[in-house]
Amino acid sequence: MRELRVTPIKNGTVIDHIPAGLALKVLKILGIGDAVTSTVTVAMHVPSQAMGWKDIVKVEDRELGGRELDKIALIAPTSTVNVIRNYNVAEKRPLALPDRAVGILRCANPNCISNVREPIESSFVVRSKSPLRVVCKYCDRELEDIVSHIL
Amino acid sequence: MSSFRGRDVLSIRDFTPADIQLVLRTARKMVPIAVGEKRSRSLEGKILSTLFYEPSTRTRLSFESAMARLGGRALGFSSAEGTSVQKGETLADTIRMVEAYSDAIVLRHPHEGAARLAAEFTEKPVLNAGDGAGQHPTQTLLDLYTIWDEKGSFEGQSVTLVGDLKYGRTVHSLAYALAELGAHLTFVSPPTLEMPPEILEQVKEKGLSFRAAHRLEEVIRDTDVLYVTRIQKERFPDPQEYEKVAGSYRVDMDVLRDAKRGLIIMHPLPRVTEIAPEVDRTKHAVYFKQAFNAVPVRMALLDLILGEGA
Repeated sequence: MRELRVTPIKNGTVIDHIPAGLALKVLKILGIGDAVTSTVTVAMHVPSQAMGWKDIVKVEDRELGGRELDKIALIAPTSTVNVIRNYNVAEKRPLALPDRAVGILRCANPNCISNVREPIESSFVVRSKSPLRVVCKYCDRELEDIVSHIL
Repeated sequence: MSSFRGRDVLSIRDFTPADIQLVLRTARKMVPIAVGEKRSRSLEGKILSTLFYEPSTRTRLSFESAMARLGGRALGFSSAEGTSVQKGETLADTIRMVEAYSDAIVLRHPHEGAARLAAEFTEKPVLNAGDGAGQHPTQTLLDLYTIWDEKGSFEGQSVTLVGDLKYGRTVHSLAYALAELGAHLTFVSPPTLEMPPEILEQVKEKGLSFRAAHRLEEVIRDTDVLYVTRIQKERFPDPQEYEKVAGSYRVDMDVLRDAKRGLIIMHPLPRVTEIAPEVDRTKHAVYFKQAFNAVPVRMALLDLILGEGA
Protein backbone atom coordinates (compact mmCIF):
# COMPACT_ATOMS: atom_id res chain seq x y z
CA MET A 1 0.00 0.00 0.00
CA ARG A 2 1.12 3.52 -0.80
CA GLU A 3 2.23 5.49 2.22
CA LEU A 4 0.31 8.70 2.77
CA ARG A 5 2.67 11.64 2.87
CA VAL A 6 0.01 13.95 4.22
CA THR A 7 -2.41 12.71 6.81
CA PRO A 8 -6.14 13.44 6.62
CA ILE A 9 -7.47 16.37 8.60
CA LYS A 10 -10.58 16.39 10.74
CA ASN A 11 -11.92 19.85 9.93
CA GLY A 12 -10.66 22.53 7.58
CA THR A 13 -9.81 23.04 3.91
CA VAL A 14 -7.70 21.03 1.48
CA ILE A 15 -6.38 22.82 -1.58
CA ASP A 16 -5.23 20.14 -3.98
CA HIS A 17 -3.90 20.10 -7.54
CA ILE A 18 -1.98 23.32 -7.07
CA PRO A 19 0.52 23.60 -9.95
CA ALA A 20 3.89 22.47 -8.58
CA GLY A 21 5.84 25.33 -7.07
CA LEU A 22 2.91 27.59 -6.22
CA ALA A 23 2.14 26.28 -2.70
CA LEU A 24 4.10 29.05 -0.99
CA LYS A 25 2.22 31.67 -2.99
CA VAL A 26 -1.05 30.11 -1.90
CA LEU A 27 0.15 30.39 1.71
CA LYS A 28 0.91 34.05 1.10
CA ILE A 29 -2.59 34.62 -0.27
CA LEU A 30 -4.12 32.96 2.78
CA GLY A 31 -2.08 35.22 5.01
CA ILE A 32 -0.46 32.26 6.69
CA GLY A 33 2.43 33.63 8.66
CA ASP A 34 3.26 33.96 12.34
CA ALA A 35 -0.21 34.53 13.71
CA VAL A 36 -1.70 31.21 12.64
CA THR A 37 -3.64 29.37 15.31
CA SER A 38 -4.19 26.06 13.56
CA THR A 39 -2.03 23.49 11.83
CA VAL A 40 -1.08 24.06 8.21
CA THR A 41 0.41 21.22 6.17
CA VAL A 42 2.20 21.87 2.92
CA ALA A 43 3.24 19.17 0.47
CA MET A 44 5.35 20.25 -2.45
CA HIS A 45 6.24 18.38 -5.60
CA VAL A 46 3.92 15.45 -5.01
CA PRO A 47 3.50 12.96 -7.89
CA SER A 48 0.14 13.36 -9.60
CA GLN A 49 -1.38 11.18 -12.30
CA ALA A 50 -3.14 14.08 -13.92
CA MET A 51 -0.54 16.81 -13.55
CA GLY A 52 2.81 15.07 -13.27
CA TRP A 53 3.69 17.07 -10.18
CA LYS A 54 1.53 19.10 -7.88
CA ASP A 55 1.45 20.91 -4.52
CA ILE A 56 -1.10 20.46 -1.73
CA VAL A 57 -2.00 22.80 1.15
CA LYS A 58 -4.14 21.71 4.09
CA VAL A 59 -5.40 24.26 6.57
CA GLU A 60 -7.02 22.87 9.69
CA ASP A 61 -10.04 24.44 11.36
CA ARG A 62 -10.56 27.07 8.69
CA GLU A 63 -13.03 27.10 5.79
CA LEU A 64 -12.02 29.28 2.89
CA GLY A 65 -14.44 31.39 0.93
CA GLY A 66 -15.08 34.59 -1.04
CA ARG A 67 -12.04 36.67 -1.81
CA GLU A 68 -9.59 33.99 -0.67
CA LEU A 69 -10.97 31.71 -3.38
CA ASP A 70 -10.88 34.53 -5.94
CA LYS A 71 -7.22 35.13 -5.15
CA ILE A 72 -6.36 31.44 -5.51
CA ALA A 73 -8.31 31.37 -8.79
CA LEU A 74 -6.09 34.19 -10.03
CA ILE A 75 -2.80 32.34 -9.63
CA ALA A 76 -3.82 28.67 -9.67
CA PRO A 77 -7.21 28.28 -11.37
CA THR A 78 -6.79 24.51 -11.81
CA SER A 79 -6.64 23.88 -8.05
CA THR A 80 -9.47 22.10 -6.22
CA VAL A 81 -10.75 23.34 -2.89
CA ASN A 82 -12.48 20.86 -0.58
CA VAL A 83 -14.00 21.74 2.76
CA ILE A 84 -13.52 18.92 5.26
CA ARG A 85 -15.88 18.32 8.15
CA ASN A 86 -15.35 15.35 10.46
CA TYR A 87 -12.82 13.75 8.04
CA ASN A 88 -15.27 13.86 5.12
CA VAL A 89 -15.43 16.13 2.11
CA ALA A 90 -18.43 18.25 3.06
CA GLU A 91 -18.23 20.69 0.15
CA LYS A 92 -16.29 21.17 -3.04
CA ARG A 93 -15.86 24.86 -3.61
CA PRO A 94 -15.44 25.62 -7.29
CA LEU A 95 -12.76 28.08 -8.28
CA ALA A 96 -14.06 30.54 -10.83
CA LEU A 97 -12.08 33.49 -11.97
CA PRO A 98 -14.32 36.53 -11.58
CA ASP A 99 -14.74 39.09 -14.38
CA ARG A 100 -13.55 41.74 -11.98
CA ALA A 101 -10.89 41.35 -9.33
CA VAL A 102 -11.95 43.74 -6.58
CA GLY A 103 -9.79 44.42 -3.55
CA ILE A 104 -7.38 41.56 -4.20
CA LEU A 105 -4.65 43.13 -6.36
CA ARG A 106 -2.63 46.30 -6.05
CA CYS A 107 -2.04 48.42 -9.16
CA ALA A 108 1.64 48.51 -10.15
CA ASN A 109 1.36 52.09 -11.37
CA PRO A 110 2.55 54.27 -8.47
CA ASN A 111 0.73 57.24 -9.98
CA CYS A 112 -2.64 55.46 -10.10
CA ILE A 113 -5.38 57.03 -7.97
CA SER A 114 -6.03 53.59 -6.43
CA ASN A 115 -2.60 53.83 -4.76
CA VAL A 116 -3.42 57.15 -3.11
CA ARG A 117 -5.27 57.55 0.20
CA GLU A 118 -8.83 57.46 -1.17
CA PRO A 119 -11.87 55.52 0.09
CA ILE A 120 -11.90 52.98 -2.75
CA GLU A 121 -10.87 49.38 -3.33
CA SER A 122 -8.57 48.44 -6.15
CA SER A 123 -10.45 47.01 -9.11
CA PHE A 124 -9.20 45.15 -12.16
CA VAL A 125 -11.07 44.06 -15.24
CA VAL A 126 -10.13 40.52 -16.31
CA ARG A 127 -9.43 40.96 -20.01
CA SER A 128 -8.39 37.38 -20.67
CA LYS A 129 -8.46 34.28 -18.46
CA SER A 130 -5.91 32.17 -20.27
CA PRO A 131 -3.32 33.60 -20.26
CA LEU A 132 -4.49 35.73 -17.37
CA ARG A 133 -4.51 39.43 -18.25
CA VAL A 134 -5.96 42.12 -16.00
CA VAL A 135 -6.32 45.87 -16.52
CA CYS A 136 -6.74 48.45 -13.75
CA LYS A 137 -10.23 49.97 -13.84
CA TYR A 138 -8.86 53.34 -12.77
CA CYS A 139 -5.64 53.97 -14.69
CA ASP A 140 -6.31 51.54 -17.55
CA ARG A 141 -2.87 49.94 -17.28
CA GLU A 142 -2.31 46.22 -17.64
CA LEU A 143 -0.80 44.58 -14.55
CA GLU A 144 2.36 42.74 -15.64
CA ASP A 145 3.44 40.67 -12.64
CA ILE A 146 0.10 39.65 -11.15
CA VAL A 147 1.34 37.26 -8.45
CA SER A 148 3.55 39.79 -6.71
CA HIS A 149 0.72 42.33 -6.60
CA ILE A 150 -1.74 40.20 -4.66
CA LEU A 151 -2.88 42.10 -1.55
CA MET B 1 -33.43 62.95 -25.85
CA SER B 2 -29.76 62.55 -26.48
CA SER B 3 -27.84 59.79 -24.74
CA PHE B 4 -25.46 62.52 -23.61
CA ARG B 5 -27.66 64.06 -20.96
CA GLY B 6 -25.96 63.80 -17.57
CA ARG B 7 -23.21 61.65 -18.99
CA ASP B 8 -19.58 61.49 -17.79
CA VAL B 9 -16.73 62.18 -20.21
CA LEU B 10 -13.90 60.08 -18.81
CA SER B 11 -12.14 58.41 -21.75
CA ILE B 12 -12.44 58.60 -25.51
CA ARG B 13 -13.08 54.84 -25.41
CA ASP B 14 -16.52 55.52 -23.93
CA PHE B 15 -17.50 57.20 -27.22
CA THR B 16 -18.88 55.30 -30.19
CA PRO B 17 -18.21 56.69 -33.68
CA ALA B 18 -21.86 57.92 -33.68
CA ASP B 19 -21.27 59.75 -30.36
CA ILE B 20 -18.17 61.40 -31.81
CA GLN B 21 -20.05 62.49 -34.94
CA LEU B 22 -22.80 64.03 -32.81
CA VAL B 23 -20.25 66.04 -30.82
CA LEU B 24 -18.55 67.23 -34.02
CA ARG B 25 -21.80 68.29 -35.69
CA THR B 26 -22.94 70.08 -32.53
CA ALA B 27 -19.56 71.82 -32.25
CA ARG B 28 -19.89 73.20 -35.77
CA LYS B 29 -23.24 74.77 -34.84
CA MET B 30 -21.56 76.38 -31.83
CA VAL B 31 -18.93 78.26 -33.84
CA PRO B 32 -20.97 81.50 -34.37
CA ILE B 33 -21.67 81.60 -30.62
CA ALA B 34 -18.04 80.81 -29.78
CA VAL B 35 -16.82 83.79 -31.80
CA GLY B 36 -19.44 86.10 -30.29
CA GLU B 37 -21.52 86.61 -33.46
CA LYS B 38 -24.58 84.95 -31.96
CA ARG B 39 -25.79 84.75 -28.38
CA SER B 40 -27.02 81.74 -26.48
CA ARG B 41 -28.67 81.38 -23.07
CA SER B 42 -29.00 77.62 -23.29
CA LEU B 43 -27.09 76.96 -20.05
CA GLU B 44 -28.43 79.96 -18.14
CA GLY B 45 -28.59 79.23 -14.44
CA LYS B 46 -26.18 76.29 -14.71
CA ILE B 47 -22.91 76.19 -12.82
CA LEU B 48 -19.76 74.36 -13.89
CA SER B 49 -17.03 73.53 -11.35
CA THR B 50 -13.51 73.55 -12.75
CA LEU B 51 -11.23 71.72 -10.34
CA PHE B 52 -7.65 72.02 -11.56
CA TYR B 53 -5.24 70.26 -9.20
CA GLU B 54 -2.46 71.18 -11.58
CA PRO B 55 -2.30 74.20 -13.82
CA SER B 56 -3.53 74.08 -17.41
CA THR B 57 -4.38 77.55 -18.61
CA ARG B 58 -5.62 76.58 -22.04
CA THR B 59 -7.95 73.80 -20.95
CA ARG B 60 -9.40 75.69 -17.97
CA LEU B 61 -9.96 78.95 -19.81
CA SER B 62 -11.57 77.27 -22.80
CA PHE B 63 -13.98 75.38 -20.52
CA GLU B 64 -14.84 78.59 -18.68
CA SER B 65 -15.23 80.48 -21.93
CA ALA B 66 -17.45 77.69 -23.33
CA MET B 67 -19.68 77.83 -20.24
CA ALA B 68 -19.93 81.63 -20.33
CA ARG B 69 -20.76 81.67 -24.06
CA LEU B 70 -23.73 79.43 -23.34
CA GLY B 71 -24.98 81.70 -20.56
CA GLY B 72 -23.75 79.57 -17.65
CA ARG B 73 -21.27 80.28 -14.87
CA ALA B 74 -18.01 78.59 -13.89
CA LEU B 75 -16.30 78.45 -10.50
CA GLY B 76 -13.30 76.56 -9.26
CA PHE B 77 -9.59 76.64 -8.55
CA SER B 78 -6.54 76.56 -10.77
CA SER B 79 -4.10 74.82 -8.43
CA ALA B 80 -4.38 72.72 -5.29
CA GLU B 81 -2.59 75.39 -3.27
CA GLY B 82 -4.73 77.12 -0.68
CA THR B 83 -7.58 74.59 -0.99
CA SER B 84 -8.78 71.93 1.46
CA VAL B 85 -6.67 69.46 -0.52
CA GLN B 86 -3.63 70.85 1.24
CA LYS B 87 -5.28 70.02 4.56
CA GLY B 88 -5.35 66.39 3.45
CA GLU B 89 -8.88 66.12 2.09
CA THR B 90 -9.40 63.14 -0.19
CA LEU B 91 -10.52 63.70 -3.78
CA ALA B 92 -13.65 61.68 -2.98
CA ASP B 93 -14.63 64.15 -0.21
CA THR B 94 -13.87 67.20 -2.36
CA ILE B 95 -16.11 65.81 -5.09
CA ARG B 96 -18.96 65.10 -2.65
CA MET B 97 -18.73 68.70 -1.48
CA VAL B 98 -18.48 70.27 -4.94
CA GLU B 99 -21.43 68.20 -6.14
CA ALA B 100 -23.65 70.36 -3.96
CA TYR B 101 -22.36 73.59 -5.55
CA SER B 102 -22.59 72.86 -9.27
CA ASP B 103 -24.28 71.01 -12.11
CA ALA B 104 -21.18 69.44 -13.67
CA ILE B 105 -17.54 69.00 -12.67
CA VAL B 106 -14.44 69.43 -14.83
CA LEU B 107 -11.41 67.77 -13.26
CA ARG B 108 -7.68 67.98 -14.02
CA HIS B 109 -5.66 65.86 -11.60
CA PRO B 110 -2.07 64.57 -11.43
CA HIS B 111 -3.09 60.94 -10.73
CA GLU B 112 -4.22 58.52 -13.42
CA GLY B 113 -7.78 57.32 -12.90
CA ALA B 114 -8.78 60.37 -10.81
CA ALA B 115 -11.73 61.26 -13.05
CA ARG B 116 -13.11 57.72 -12.90
CA LEU B 117 -12.86 57.82 -9.12
CA ALA B 118 -14.58 61.23 -9.04
CA ALA B 119 -17.44 59.90 -11.17
CA GLU B 120 -18.02 57.13 -8.62
CA PHE B 121 -18.65 59.70 -5.88
CA THR B 122 -21.13 61.97 -7.62
CA GLU B 123 -24.34 61.75 -9.60
CA LYS B 124 -23.36 64.92 -11.47
CA PRO B 125 -21.50 64.53 -14.76
CA VAL B 126 -17.69 64.54 -14.54
CA LEU B 127 -15.58 65.74 -17.47
CA ASN B 128 -11.99 64.53 -17.44
CA ALA B 129 -9.66 67.40 -18.33
CA GLY B 130 -6.54 65.24 -18.02
CA ASP B 131 -5.56 62.70 -15.37
CA GLY B 132 -1.78 62.37 -15.02
CA ALA B 133 -0.38 60.51 -18.01
CA GLY B 134 -3.83 59.01 -18.62
CA GLN B 135 -6.77 60.32 -20.62
CA HIS B 136 -7.68 63.76 -21.91
CA PRO B 137 -10.80 63.02 -23.97
CA THR B 138 -11.90 66.60 -24.67
CA GLN B 139 -8.49 67.29 -26.24
CA THR B 140 -8.98 64.24 -28.45
CA LEU B 141 -12.43 65.48 -29.48
CA LEU B 142 -11.12 68.90 -30.43
CA ASP B 143 -8.30 67.27 -32.42
CA LEU B 144 -10.88 65.13 -34.20
CA TYR B 145 -13.06 68.18 -34.82
CA THR B 146 -10.14 70.00 -36.42
CA ILE B 147 -9.42 67.11 -38.80
CA TRP B 148 -13.12 66.69 -39.66
CA ASP B 149 -13.66 70.41 -40.12
CA GLU B 150 -10.61 70.78 -42.37
CA LYS B 151 -10.80 67.53 -44.32
CA GLY B 152 -14.51 66.69 -44.25
CA SER B 153 -14.10 63.05 -43.17
CA PHE B 154 -11.80 60.57 -41.45
CA GLU B 155 -12.10 57.53 -43.66
CA GLY B 156 -9.08 57.02 -45.87
CA GLN B 157 -7.23 60.08 -44.57
CA SER B 158 -3.55 59.43 -44.07
CA VAL B 159 -2.71 60.78 -40.60
CA THR B 160 0.92 60.90 -39.49
CA LEU B 161 1.67 61.29 -35.78
CA VAL B 162 5.18 62.55 -35.15
CA GLY B 163 7.35 63.21 -32.10
CA ASP B 164 7.13 61.67 -28.63
CA LEU B 165 4.68 58.84 -29.19
CA LYS B 166 5.68 56.97 -26.06
CA TYR B 167 4.79 59.43 -23.31
CA GLY B 168 2.49 61.87 -25.15
CA ARG B 169 -0.98 61.08 -23.86
CA THR B 170 -2.79 63.05 -26.58
CA VAL B 171 -1.39 60.82 -29.31
CA HIS B 172 -2.49 57.60 -27.60
CA SER B 173 -6.15 58.60 -27.38
CA LEU B 174 -6.04 60.19 -30.81
CA ALA B 175 -4.55 57.06 -32.43
CA TYR B 176 -7.24 54.93 -30.84
CA ALA B 177 -10.07 57.22 -31.98
CA LEU B 178 -8.70 57.66 -35.51
CA ALA B 179 -8.36 53.90 -35.90
CA GLU B 180 -11.99 53.56 -34.85
CA LEU B 181 -13.01 56.17 -37.42
CA GLY B 182 -11.15 54.54 -40.30
CA ALA B 183 -8.10 56.75 -40.83
CA HIS B 184 -4.75 55.33 -41.99
CA LEU B 185 -2.09 55.89 -39.36
CA THR B 186 1.63 56.44 -39.64
CA PHE B 187 3.83 56.76 -36.56
CA VAL B 188 7.11 58.67 -36.81
CA SER B 189 9.32 58.85 -33.73
CA PRO B 190 12.86 58.30 -32.49
CA PRO B 191 13.45 54.60 -31.65
CA THR B 192 13.35 55.37 -27.90
CA LEU B 193 9.99 57.17 -28.09
CA GLU B 194 7.93 54.75 -30.20
CA MET B 195 4.20 54.13 -29.76
CA PRO B 196 3.67 51.64 -26.88
CA PRO B 197 2.79 48.08 -27.96
CA GLU B 198 -0.63 48.14 -26.21
CA ILE B 199 -1.72 51.10 -28.37
CA LEU B 200 -0.52 49.34 -31.51
CA GLU B 201 -2.49 46.30 -30.39
CA GLN B 202 -5.66 48.39 -30.07
CA VAL B 203 -5.15 49.84 -33.54
CA LYS B 204 -4.69 46.32 -34.94
CA GLU B 205 -7.86 45.18 -33.16
CA LYS B 206 -9.76 47.72 -35.24
CA GLY B 207 -8.55 45.80 -38.28
CA LEU B 208 -6.52 48.70 -39.60
CA SER B 209 -3.03 48.66 -40.94
CA PHE B 210 -0.50 51.22 -39.82
CA ARG B 211 3.12 51.91 -40.55
CA ALA B 212 6.00 53.14 -38.45
CA ALA B 213 8.99 55.19 -39.61
CA HIS B 214 11.92 56.96 -38.05
CA ARG B 215 12.19 59.75 -40.58
CA LEU B 216 9.56 62.32 -41.49
CA GLU B 217 10.91 62.70 -45.04
CA GLU B 218 10.01 59.06 -45.76
CA VAL B 219 6.29 59.64 -45.26
CA ILE B 220 5.51 63.33 -45.78
CA ARG B 221 4.71 62.83 -49.47
CA ASP B 222 1.49 60.89 -48.88
CA THR B 223 0.38 62.46 -45.58
CA ASP B 224 -2.93 64.35 -45.37
CA VAL B 225 -2.75 65.30 -41.69
CA LEU B 226 0.53 65.81 -39.83
CA TYR B 227 0.07 65.81 -36.05
CA VAL B 228 3.22 67.10 -34.36
CA THR B 229 4.00 66.70 -30.66
CA ARG B 230 6.77 68.06 -28.53
CA ILE B 231 9.78 65.91 -27.67
CA GLN B 232 10.53 66.76 -24.06
CA LYS B 233 14.08 67.47 -23.05
CA GLU B 234 13.74 65.63 -19.77
CA ARG B 235 13.28 62.31 -21.61
CA PHE B 236 16.96 62.45 -22.60
CA PRO B 237 19.76 62.07 -20.05
CA ASP B 238 22.22 63.61 -22.51
CA PRO B 239 21.37 67.16 -23.73
CA GLN B 240 23.39 66.65 -26.92
CA GLU B 241 21.39 63.56 -27.76
CA TYR B 242 18.20 65.60 -27.25
CA GLU B 243 19.36 68.33 -29.64
CA LYS B 244 20.18 65.73 -32.27
CA VAL B 245 16.88 63.89 -31.98
CA ALA B 246 14.66 66.96 -31.63
CA GLY B 247 16.31 68.58 -34.66
CA SER B 248 15.56 65.60 -36.86
CA TYR B 249 11.80 65.87 -36.22
CA ARG B 250 11.53 69.57 -36.80
CA VAL B 251 8.94 70.59 -39.38
CA ASP B 252 10.29 73.36 -41.59
CA MET B 253 9.96 74.50 -45.20
CA ASP B 254 12.57 71.95 -46.29
CA VAL B 255 10.54 69.06 -44.93
CA LEU B 256 7.37 70.46 -46.50
CA ARG B 257 8.87 70.67 -49.98
CA ASP B 258 7.39 67.29 -50.92
CA ALA B 259 4.15 67.73 -48.98
CA LYS B 260 0.69 67.42 -50.51
CA ARG B 261 -0.96 70.71 -51.35
CA GLY B 262 -3.85 70.00 -48.96
CA LEU B 263 -1.69 68.82 -46.03
CA ILE B 264 -2.72 70.23 -42.65
CA ILE B 265 -0.32 70.51 -39.71
CA MET B 266 -1.66 70.19 -36.17
CA HIS B 267 -0.05 70.59 -32.75
CA PRO B 268 -1.65 70.43 -29.26
CA LEU B 269 0.54 73.41 -28.22
CA PRO B 270 2.56 74.79 -26.57
CA ARG B 271 5.26 74.19 -29.18
CA VAL B 272 8.92 74.87 -28.66
CA THR B 273 11.08 74.30 -31.72
CA GLU B 274 9.32 71.38 -33.41
CA ILE B 275 7.56 73.60 -35.96
CA ALA B 276 9.58 76.40 -37.53
CA PRO B 277 7.88 79.85 -37.28
CA GLU B 278 7.90 80.30 -41.07
CA VAL B 279 5.47 77.36 -41.30
CA ASP B 280 2.86 79.48 -39.45
CA ARG B 281 2.36 81.57 -42.58
CA THR B 282 1.62 78.59 -44.83
CA LYS B 283 -1.89 77.31 -45.47
CA HIS B 284 -0.81 74.02 -43.94
CA ALA B 285 -0.72 75.46 -40.42
CA VAL B 286 -3.99 74.90 -38.54
CA TYR B 287 -2.64 74.68 -34.96
CA PHE B 288 -3.95 78.06 -33.86
CA LYS B 289 -7.35 77.24 -35.29
CA GLN B 290 -7.11 73.94 -33.45
CA ALA B 291 -6.59 75.87 -30.20
CA PHE B 292 -9.68 77.96 -30.95
CA ASN B 293 -11.67 74.78 -31.68
CA ALA B 294 -11.36 73.92 -28.00
CA VAL B 295 -14.17 76.37 -27.29
CA PRO B 296 -16.91 75.15 -29.71
CA VAL B 297 -16.08 71.50 -28.94
CA ARG B 298 -16.31 72.05 -25.17
CA MET B 299 -19.49 74.09 -25.71
CA ALA B 300 -20.93 71.16 -27.65
CA LEU B 301 -20.14 68.73 -24.86
CA LEU B 302 -21.52 70.99 -22.14
CA ASP B 303 -24.67 71.69 -24.12
CA LEU B 304 -25.24 68.00 -24.90
CA ILE B 305 -24.67 67.03 -21.28
CA LEU B 306 -26.40 69.90 -19.45
CA GLY B 307 -28.64 71.64 -21.98
CA GLU B 308 -32.43 71.60 -21.88
CA GLY B 309 -32.57 70.52 -25.49
CA ALA B 310 -30.28 67.59 -24.77
